[in-house]
Formats: sequence, structure tokens, C-alpha cells
Amino acid sequence: MTPVEVEDVEIRLLLEGVQQVYGYDFRDYAAASIKRRLTQWLAESGFDTFSQAQSRLLRDPELFFSLLQGITVNVTEMFRDPSFFKALREQVVPFLKTYPFVKIWHAGCASGEEAYSMAILLNEEGMAGRYRMYATDIDEAVLQKAAAGVMPMAEMQKYTRNYQKAGGKASFADYYTARYDRAILSADLKQSIVFAPHNLAADAEFGEMNMVLCRNVMIYFKPALKERCLDLFDNSLLSGGFLCLGLKETLEKRKMSARYDELVAGTRIYRKRYG
Amino acid sequence: MAEQTIPQTPNLRAVAIGVSSGGVRALKILLGALPEDFPLPVLVVQHISPEAGNGMARLLDNYCAIRVKEADEQDEVRPATVYLAPPNYHLLVEREGRLALSADPPVSFARPSVDVLFESAAEVFGAGLVGIVLTGANFDGAAGVRAIKAHGGLVIVQDPADAETPQMPAAALAAVKADHVLALAAMPALLRRLAAATAPRAEAADA
Repeated sequence: MTPVEVEDVEIRLLLEGVQQVYGYDFRDYAAASIKRRLTQWLAESGFDTFSQAQSRLLRDPELFFSLLQGITVNVTEMFRDPSFFKALREQVVPFLKTYPFVKIWHAGCASGEEAYSMAILLNEEGMAGRYRMYATDIDEAVLQKAAAGVMPMAEMQKYTRNYQKAGGKASFADYYTARYDRAILSADLKQSIVFAPHNLAADAEFGEMNMVLCRNVMIYFKPALKERCLDLFDNSLLSGGFLCLGLKETLEKRKMSARYDELVAGTRIYRKRYG
Repeated sequence: MAEQTIPQTPNLRAVAIGVSSGGVRALKILLGALPEDFPLPVLVVQHISPEAGNGMARLLDNYCAIRVKEADEQDEVRPATVYLAPPNYHLLVEREGRLALSADPPVSFARPSVDVLFESAAEVFGAGLVGIVLTGANFDGAAGVRAIKAHGGLVIVQDPADAETPQMPAAALAAVKADHVLALAAMPALLRRLAAATAPRAEAADA
């Protein structure tokens, strides 16, 4: 066996142990990315090998939580892919407005950047008070961060640019208060968002959704887990509801694709058919 | 003749290319000179604006004889195909020879990052990987060529004097002893020779 193969074995053993001891299941995560994240954690941890780290990891929850942060890190930004948010505003919101109230599931929301982007967009389109967004993530620490709604001030310039490109109608600075190096998002944006833990690998669907967003989360999953997620989303969505994926994620070649139409080619916004 | 100039070529399995500023011109020269039936897969990271769209893949596909496509997750890595990392995603290779994408933070200030591609491809293809560093204004790829050498692969670097922007090749040369340092214009011939030296053995291994 080559050293690379030995390390792959160590990682499989570690993920197996983590699942049994802590209940977090990363065995269905695509290997290349998770290895990169684990290797980075290992380099910072001071352990020489995963086998060496494993003994401590399985006994020391605090050490495990540092690993968990490393594995689940999902970096995103406000109005990531402005063209997507523009399409949402122009093509999807007109449909949503026809309902008295809409429910949205944002799966894998990480620290909330995209959830808050959605709230800004919906409020600007006159839907304030007419929606509830369930923003979920596997990592409870990151959800606390999301619920706090505090962003690094250094990112605001980029977010402002994204917002404008996404068809933003106001001044982006109206949505936050600068405090030293942090931007505190306006409380109105939080009113309709419920942050809650949810594990895509183990938990059940959310019923009766008008929209499900899950962008750049499933790219980290092996095909079987990806299929599980798509089934969850399909079962959660009402007919006429919208499924929004990352720009490099597609329903092509998926079983459920027969029930969905892409709203505008390339946006990865799919609408579930009636009947 | 190929046997004389390139002794003991291992079974090559893939070519990985990293390029930054000046990349369009460099890729046109390099990929444009590869034949339609080039016997290896070619993986490319070019630093590009996050919102660039997939225009680059289409442009190169129209220009080159070899097929060029933007990499999709789960793409099976096949010979005679160039896979271009999409804007704003890292490109990685899985053990079973499929491509993966990641939206992880930028590495060496870049996403896609040459280091990320090189490091993951080096683990999968080992001594069968050829890594090429072309023109660019930063040091992305330096950690990557170190990984390629550590796994026994081959490193080719554009002569900094020949590069539109010399920093990236210079950083790669500072990181490892490259197997070949040469001008861009000479690279297609070298790649064809390397591929020709390896192709029959690769087929034998598959049989």
C-alpha cells in the first residue's frame, strides 16, 4: 500500500469512529474535498497522522468540535452569483407573490449570508411579513453565528457590489450598522427567518415548501447522499414550487428531472410541475 | 527516438495545467497545438473572474482541435478531453478518476486554485501526472508542484523569461527542481512526445 492509500484507510476509520461516537456521519461525503479539509485540520492540530489524532478525537468532545468546524465549513457570501439572485427577483418572485404566504427551506445555510440575501430581496419586492424561511444547517455553532447576523465589515464592499449586480433597489448600507470591523444586519431581516439544525444525511423533509434553496452543498456529497437530498427536496416541495441549486449543480440525469423544468437555462432554478 | 530523449517514462495518466494572467493566449498556444486524439486527459485551472460564465470553455473548444469543456462534478476523466475549472469553484479529482468541485475558501488567493487541483491530482495519478505551470502574477501552483514531485510526477514550467508574467513560473521553480523548463512554444511537442512514449504501455496496462 502506498502512503496515500494508508491515509485513505485512516480517514475511513476516523469517519467511522466519529459516526459511532458522536453521531455525525461524514462517510457519504465526497473524498477529495473532505480529505483536503481534514488534512488542513491535521496540519494545525499538531498530530502527525490521523491514527494518532483518532484516539484523542474519540475521547475529547472539544477536540472533535474543532474538527467538526473544519469539516463543515461552508463559506458563502451575500448575493453569491448575482445573476442567480437577479433571476430569482425577476423570474421567481412574481410567482411567489401570487400566494398569500410562502414557505422557504434554505438547506445548508451556513452562517446565513444567502438567507439574509433572500430576506432583503423578498422585503424589497413587497413580501415582508408574507413568508417564513427555515434556514437549516448540520452545524449548530454556525447556526448561532447565522442567527446573530453579524458579518465582517471587510466583506461589505464586495456584498454591496453583488447586491447591485443582483438588481438591488435600495442602498445596501441601509441593511446594516457598522460597528468597528463588523456589520450588524438590520433586525427586520431576521423577523421571518427561523434558524434550525437539520442533518441532510439523517433527518426528514420539511413539508409543504414553496421554495427550496440548497446551493453548493451537495457538491460535497457522494452520489447516494446527493440522491437522498434531492428526494427530500422533492418531497418537501409543493407543485409549482421552486428548487434552487448551485450554478454547477443540475437535475440532468436525475430520476426526478421529469417532474421539473429549468426556469431559465443555466440559472439552476427548477419549477416542480403540477400533477 | 522518443525512448532516447525521454528514458523510463512512467505510464502517464493525466496532464494538469495552472495558469493565471496571460492565460488565454498561453492556453490557445498550448491546447491549440494538441491533436484531437491526444491520449491523455488535460485538467486546467485558469484564474478567472468569479462571474466569467462558461465562455472560456466555449472559446477554447472552438479554437482547439482537442475537445474542451467546462468541468462538471462527477465528470469521468477521459483522454482527448480538456476539463476547464469553472469560475468560482475549485477543481479536484476523486480516487475513482471522477472530477469534483468545491466552493471552499480561496487557496493562495485563488478559486479555482492551481494548488488545489495539483495536490488532489497528484494523490490520484501519482507518478502518472504531468503538472505544468504557465504565466501568472502570483505564487499559486508552488505548493502544488511540490505535491506532484512528492508523488513522483513530472513537472514542466514555462521559462519565466518567456512568460507574459513571470512570477508564477518563478515561484514554481523556487519550490521544486522542474523536469523541464522551456518556452511555451516548445511545450506542445514535448507533451506529444511524452504522450507517445506512454500511450502503448497505457493500453497494455488496460488490457
